[in-house]
Amino acid sequence: MSELSVEDRERFEQTVLPHVDAAFNLARWLLRGRADAEDIAQEALLRACRFFGGFNGGDARAWLLQIVRNTCYTWLEKNRPMELSMEFDEELHQPTSATPETLAIIADDHKRLTLALETLPPRFREVLVLRELEGCSYKEIATITSIPIGTVMSSLSRARRQLYSALTNSSQGACP
Amino acid sequence: MRCDFSDSLLQEYFDDELTANTAEEFERHLRHCARCATALVDLDLLRDRLHLAQLYEPATASLLRRINARFHPIAPKTPASKPLLWHWMAAAAALLFIAIVLGKVGPRLQVDDYQAELAGEIVDSHMHSLQPGSTMGVASNDARLVASWFETKLRFAVPVRDFANEGFALKGGRLDVIEGRSVAVLAYERDGHPINVFVWRTREPETSARTGSRQGFRWVDWRKEKMEFCVVSDRNVADLEQLHELIDSFT
Repeated sequence: MSELSVEDRERFEQTVLPHVDAAFNLARWLLRGRADAEDIAQEALLRACRFFGGFNGGDARAWLLQIVRNTCYTWLEKNRPMELSMEFDEELHQPTSATPETLAIIADDHKRLTLALETLPPRFREVLVLRELEGCSYKEIATITSIPIGTVMSSLSRARRQLYSALTNSSQGACP
Repeated sequence: MRCDFSDSLLQEYFDDELTANTAEEFERHLRHCARCATALVDLDLLRDRLHLAQLYEPATASLLRRINARFHPIAPKTPASKPLLWHWMAAAAALLFIAIVLGKVGPRLQVDDYQAELAGEIVDSHMHSLQPGSTMGVASNDARLVASWFETKLRFAVPVRDFANEGFALKGGRLDVIEGRSVAVLAYERDGHPINVFVWRTREPETSARTGSRQGFRWVDWRKEKMEFCVVSDRNVADLEQLHELIDSFT
């Protein structure tokens, strides 16, 4: 599988493997599903192991998440290209309208938030997940996503606004 | 009416990304700008909601099994007889699996299910304390007052100190029950983020700091002087480790 030396292998297990939760969590939110996320997280870890020699010993979590993200996007491009184009008509993108059926499904806040987060375009979803769930700084997010820090900030701001409005929309009529 | 501070500055303030000077400047502005103050509250409510909904999804058991199958621990450098090697590898694989479950594969693999359960209970208790209406047993930044409050409630002396100068302001203390025993909880705050330090008596041997994360919260746990400490917060691990070092320096 890899030609890492025993020392590198040990170093990989100590620095990269502890971030398997972070890897899975990001993949789960980018791919919107656990089964795909398991495959992609595993693939990303194997890839990380293969290229561990090129890792300069910086922030292992950011490095791994960068690989996870790239693996997710490559997979999305191949399997669900429509989803990636979501962001281009982001202005047209409306939060899910709340029908009585969806309201019944989203009775609790976990489901409501999950649904709201999953309706965001991937580029917005990922900055929110990295910031709010993973606790990354702007700089770390910029490293992971390879987008300039200014864009990180504006994406985050728009992501929060969209999430907020998706939540407000979906809760209309939910509570009497 | 629009204020001089753009949304991005407000957001940077909220995300602790401003330099101390700019943050101070913004705080001065905040005192007389209802628009920014309201926007901050909205951001905070959204963040609390995201955290309380426990959206963080740690690796599934089946992924951990798959990873464990690919990344087994390195074989011992000293040659061993075959049956022994197999025993060793099976045991090490099991340990690595548990260690990965806990998210803290370190040089030592001395972690058990008990630790996972403990971390779970502590994070639950921490989240509970974040909910509106949760009360503090004693609300004070006076370390001596907080310590003497604990003295009346617990049968051990709780080391209490305010680290406001280092950026960790003491807010008070309360009692909680973890794994069926009474524990002291010291409440600190850093840049508006609550940090709880759980302290209880233990007979287990001393350990250096171990870190992990669960449901979007991070924790640092260590044992010293017959006491176990567990620091929990949504802050980054570096902050938690700084608080660990501060507490460690006087216990």
